[in-house]
Amino acid sequence: MSEKDYMNIPASEFEFVGTEGRLHDKKLDTKPIGYFKDAFIRFAKNKGSVVAAIVIFVLVLYAIFVPVLFKNNYNQALTDTMYLNYSKLPPRVKSLGWLGMDGTGKETVNSATYNAYRAIAQETGLNPILEVYRENYKDPTASQTATFYDLKADKYYKLGMMQMTLTPQQYEDLQAWQDETGIQVIYPAITDAKQSDANIWYKTDRKGVAQLDENGNFVPIYRTTKPTDTSYHSLRIASDTDPENPYSYARVTGTSQAKSYIVRVCRYTYFQYRYGFEPTFVFGTDAKGADIFVRLASGARFSFILAICISAINLFIGAIYGAIEGYYGGKVDLIMERISDVINGIPFTVVTTLFQLHLANKVGVVGALLFAFVLTGWIGMASRVRMQFYRFKGQEYVLAARTLGASDWRIMFKHIFPNSLGTIITGSVLVIPGVIFSESSLTYLGIVNLESSTMTSVGTMLANGKNYLSTDPYIILFPSLFISLLEISFNLFGNGLRDAFNPSLRGAE
Amino acid sequence: MVKYVIKRILLMLMVFMIIISMCFVLVKLLPNKPAEQFGKDMAVIEMRRELLGYNKPIIEQYWIFIQRSLIGGDWGISETLYIGQDVWEKFMEKMPATITVNVYTMLFAVPIGLALGIYAALKKNKWQDHVISTGVMIFVSVPSYVYAFLVQYFLCFKLKWFPFQMAAGYDYLSWETFVSLVPAIISLGFGTVAGLARYTRAELTEVLTSDYLLLARTKGLSRAQTTVRHALRNSMVPIFPMILGEFIGIIGGSLIIEQIFGIPGVGPLYIASITAATPDYNFFMLLSAFYTLVGLSSGILVDLSYGFIDPRIRMGSKK
Repeated sequence: MSEKDYMNIPASEFEFVGTEGRLHDKKLDTKPIGYFKDAFIRFAKNKGSVVAAIVIFVLVLYAIFVPVLFKNNYNQALTDTMYLNYSKLPPRVKSLGWLGMDGTGKETVNSATYNAYRAIAQETGLNPILEVYRENYKDPTASQTATFYDLKADKYYKLGMMQMTLTPQQYEDLQAWQDETGIQVIYPAITDAKQSDANIWYKTDRKGVAQLDENGNFVPIYRTTKPTDTSYHSLRIASDTDPENPYSYARVTGTSQAKSYIVRVCRYTYFQYRYGFEPTFVFGTDAKGADIFVRLASGARFSFILAICISAINLFIGAIYGAIEGYYGGKVDLIMERISDVINGIPFTVVTTLFQLHLANKVGVVGALLFAFVLTGWIGMASRVRMQFYRFKGQEYVLAARTLGASDWRIMFKHIFPNSLGTIITGSVLVIPGVIFSESSLTYLGIVNLESSTMTSVGTMLANGKNYLSTDPYIILFPSLFISLLEISFNLFGNGLRDAFNPSLRGAE
Repeated sequence: MVKYVIKRILLMLMVFMIIISMCFVLVKLLPNKPAEQFGKDMAVIEMRRELLGYNKPIIEQYWIFIQRSLIGGDWGISETLYIGQDVWEKFMEKMPATITVNVYTMLFAVPIGLALGIYAALKKNKWQDHVISTGVMIFVSVPSYVYAFLVQYFLCFKLKWFPFQMAAGYDYLSWETFVSLVPAIISLGFGTVAGLARYTRAELTEVLTSDYLLLARTKGLSRAQTTVRHALRNSMVPIFPMILGEFIGIIGGSLIIEQIFGIPGVGPLYIASITAATPDYNFFMLLSAFYTLVGLSSGILVDLSYGFIDPRIRMGSKK
């Protein structure tokens, strides 16, 4: 047939397709797989990333719920400074003793301390000395008169006694609790006028070394009182047997209207009375006595909130900036790139410092930190979005949209933006570990100071703990462990997301 | 090429000047108390303020700053940290420590990083590769201060192999100093080794699967020959600039590692100058300029080195 024949095809030659019944699209046999579902399937195949996602989820739960659930934990109340008495306790979990989390530690002590431990054991029944490895030896490098003991000590029982001033009401309440539970908290007052150390209830020489009697026993220096004094009517210690001269359990001071009782209480059992459970700290307590388990969680919560806020703000600014750069190109792109070059050139530490110096008084330390992160943080996101826009803006569907009369704004955010979503999500997630790392570094160095009674950050905890690295390594162990775990899982998770969203990996195993 | 280099350097200087100007204005906006109380004698203070031009308008002060500090190299004297001492001299006194640590770190980290990366690429998808890749993933992620704590606890405290802090004195090249620096070098090196190994592995695996390597093999070259002569040389094109960039970037020092191991370098100087009760602005200006310059020039050198290493890459061409 020549070309001409096509021009004059008679109408009769034409016929309708499918005249019998109406035509339908075939129903899909399988469920359709969208972009995100596809990405999810690929992500789920990556075992490491799934594990990382679970770890992150657990850490986030820890950061959210622990500070809320342990709100009444002993170091959360601002006015209660009781926690200062429970510093540097190692981790202790009843069921995890075999992991080394039994609240004990090896110590080398001199004979005075050794005797003090023995005295605690004799008086309260809570024996701090679990095992003696080497006893009564002389250290050639130290003073020749002193002798030393290597022992394994229970650091919780080692706490011993403290002096407390109670009101009559508190004194009565404490006694009532003692009667009810049968646990002794108040121990007899001592005659030592200086009352320098509440633990020394026995006779000592000037240096604080116990002076034992001929049988090697302690010589008590308890105060006694008249039998008519009935202000104390609760449990008595075993040696308190003389009805004519009973031990006095408090020193009374103040006027007759406003009496106050200075009592010697056992720290361990007083904790039980005050907080209703035996002192056990999962992660131990730091040098000030704060519970690391709760404190770390509040630091983590702060880090997470800060990182997510910064990620969101960066996404917002970076997406708009990058979209305009990438979409318009040319001169606009050139000028905007120079601006971001300048901002990108400022070292991050310098930015943070300047913001802290200028803004910390006006918007607070956290506000200044947030500004510093946002000022430089969005550039990475902007360049990522810009690349995506360069990639997609010449494509046919953009041309089609423009032909249909869509505005620039609509093309940018309705047509191109969804296509670069995968890259953007990956970028946003990968920002988070970077922010947490920078924040912990800055607070560690003291450039940013976030420490207060209610707030802390992981970096501050590390900085506070580093002085106790050799004596109490657990103080620094748990924050370090937390941040390492977090960084590893976020990087694994981010890499998994990147692989899942990257279409170039489609079909490849 | 020359034109491109000049263009880049001019552009860098422009960015540098903008940043320094911003820093200058922001610092001048802060109250400078120590300068006012210097000597606590009003006549002397007034004389000093007049001499330094503190009473002039900020534009003139800016001009003085450019002439005296940026061009003349006189950055003033320390006002709170090392009262009365010359800022520039103090800075130069701190530089060798920072450079020593970082040169040692690079000397040990680069070969190990490259070796691990090459080995992993050659054994791709075998167990050796998996072990190295997993290790690299962990070591890249864990912050350097965590290594520092681990090293301090196990090597310095438990095993007592090394001292806790850097040896005192200015004899940076002695054996004693080197031994005392080993903990810092290890802590700094982990991250560099891991980063370099990961990058090398990625680059080398890409080259190893390329067509020209297949061609070289079909020509009859042995596997070792193709790897050394073709694959390694080509994969070095992006790796070498990275090493260079890292080397320059590292002169800026690691603030945290220097602080932990008591290295009297630039990092602790910076921290001390800003965390003091009244910041030492002269140190701050000098160190800000220094960090900015280090950051900008490392970026440029990395870009330019591509062209020098591989002449096929034409820098600044339109294509």
